[in-house]
Amino acid sequence: MADVNRGKRPLSPHLQIYRPQLTSVTSILTRITGNALIVASVLIVWWLLAASTGPGYFAVADGFVTSWFGDIVMFLSLWALWYHTLAGVRHLIWDNAKMLEIDRAEMLGWIVVIGSGVLTVLSVIILW
Amino acid sequence: MAFLTDRKRAIGWGAAKSGTEHFWAMKKSSVALLILIPFFVFTFGGILGSSFEEVQAYYARPFPAIVAALTLIVGFKHFNDGFQTLVEDYVHGVWEKILILGMTCISYGAAAVGVFAIAKMAL
Repeated sequence: MADVNRGKRPLSPHLQIYRPQLTSVTSILTRITGNALIVASVLIVWWLLAASTGPGYFAVADGFVTSWFGDIVMFLSLWALWYHTLAGVRHLIWDNAKMLEIDRAEMLGWIVVIGSGVLTVLSVIILW
Repeated sequence: MAFLTDRKRAIGWGAAKSGTEHFWAMKKSSVALLILIPFFVFTFGGILGSSFEEVQAYYARPFPAIVAALTLIVGFKHFNDGFQTLVEDYVHGVWEKILILGMTCISYGAAAVGVFAIAKMAL
């Protein structure tokens, strides 16, 4: 009896069923930003390796990382890094069972969204 | 004949296979990165775009070199732990293990290459 209707059983509702909310979208973005940071991380390791090898290799890696394409990757990664950092702080707060009420959780969501934008612009201005 | 306690028989058989070690490891690395990331952004970001000689001289200094090495070690550990959670959520069966093993190689490999490069410039 256990395998009656196997494979056609109703599944529990998933992402496509629910209306996107601030809390769910910011949570999904936490995962996307964290995993996407592998691109910039590998680029930075490559750049460091080239810098430790010699001027010729450094010119190649530095040329790519500081090209317009590299600039876009680094700028987006800087935002992803600040976003993931602030979202991580949100998780550290939630881990203590604090600010889980809907209005306060949504307030944390806006802090992560707006705060990551502000930190990105600030750090670009400082580092320019 | 029950020489094993109920607890001993149950350990390791849950969906997560283990206790809270993974959660606690991510929490430790996240708190460490909270301190390291601002330092790394403003040391690496400050020297990116400079000449070969300037970069070599910069990472010969202890503070930028130690910050970069620590950020790479803790950061890649945190990334690998996070990627494992992603795979465990969406991929099952043999690919689950292949992806976790593969990304573990990439994470530790990239951290080792980065630390080697920094050590070479620093020494």
